[in-house]
Amino acid sequence: MQLEYFLLTAAALFCIGIYGLVTSRNVIRVLMSIELMLNAVNLNLMAFSNYLDPVGINGQVFAVFVISIAAAEAAVGLAIVLSIYRNRDTVDMEQFNLLKW
Amino acid sequence: MTLAEGVQLVAFGLLVAMTLGGALGVVLLDNIVYSAFLLGGVFTSMAGLYILLNAGFVAAAQVLVYVGAVSVLILFGIMLVNKEQPFVPMRRAWLGKAATGGVCVGLFALLAASTLNTPWAISSEVPTGDMATAAIGIHFFTDYLLPFELASVLLLIALIGAIVLARREFIPDVAPGDLASEALQLPERPRELVSSVSASEPD
Repeated sequence: MQLEYFLLTAAALFCIGIYGLVTSRNVIRVLMSIELMLNAVNLNLMAFSNYLDPVGINGQVFAVFVISIAAAEAAVGLAIVLSIYRNRDTVDMEQFNLLKW
Repeated sequence: MTLAEGVQLVAFGLLVAMTLGGALGVVLLDNIVYSAFLLGGVFTSMAGLYILLNAGFVAAAQVLVYVGAVSVLILFGIMLVNKEQPFVPMRRAWLGKAATGGVCVGLFALLAASTLNTPWAISSEVPTGDMATAAIGIHFFTDYLLPFELASVLLLIALIGAIVLARREFIPDVAPGDLASEALQLPERPRELVSSVSASEPD
C-alpha cells in the first residue's frame, strides 16, 4: 500500500466530480458532484495524514472540519434549490439566469 | 491496521472500484434517484478507505454525517423537486461535454504526473491507530480551538439560513378579518356558564 494509490484515486474522483459539475443540467446532480469533490479532498487529507504525519494527525482534524462544512453546504444548497424551484418551477440549470445580465 | 499486505491490497482494490464506479454512475446515469443511492454507496466505500488509512473516528463521522444525513437530505430534496421534465436539448451540447471531458482527463494527467514525480517524505513512525480519537479531541481543544468554535457558529448560521430560505410563505387571498371570525369559533354549541355558578354556590 502506497501513498500514490490513494492520491491517484482522489484525483480520479475529483475529475469525475468536475465533469459532473460542469455538464449536469439537474441542480440536484450538481450538488451531488460537489459532494464527490469534497470527498476527494477528504481522501487526500487522510492519505497525507496517515503517510506523512502519522503521529500528530492534523489531516484527520481538517477532514472533520471539511465534513461539517460539507453538511452545512448541502443544507443551504438544497434550501436554495427549493426556493428557486418554487419561483421558476424548473430544475434545469440552463434556465437559471437570475444573475446573468 | 494490522492486516496483512495482500488483504489490504484486495480491500483497497474493491473499495476503489466501488468508489469510482459509483461516482461514474452518479454523474452519468439518467435517473437521479439511482444517482442518489449510488452516492450513498460512494460515501460508504469512502468510509472503508478511511479505515484502511487508520482513521476509525473519521470513518464513523463519514458514515454518520454523509451516509446518514447528506444522502437522506439529497433524497428528500429529490422527492421535493421531483419533476418529470424533459430538458430542452441544447445546441452543440456534445461540444461542451467533449471539452469538459478533455479538461478533466488533462487535469487528471497533470495530477497523476505530479503525484508520481514528487519525492514524498514518507514518515516511518508507527501510526496512531485507535488512539486517534483522543488525539483529535486534544487537537480540537488546544491548537484548533478557534476553527472548532467557528465551525459551530457556521453550523448555526447554516441551520437558520436553510430554514429561512426554504420556508414557504403563505399569502391568504381573503381578508384576515372574517377569516379570523370564522376560524376562531368552535364547531359546537356555546356552553352556558353553569359550572362556575354552581361551584361558587355553597351547599
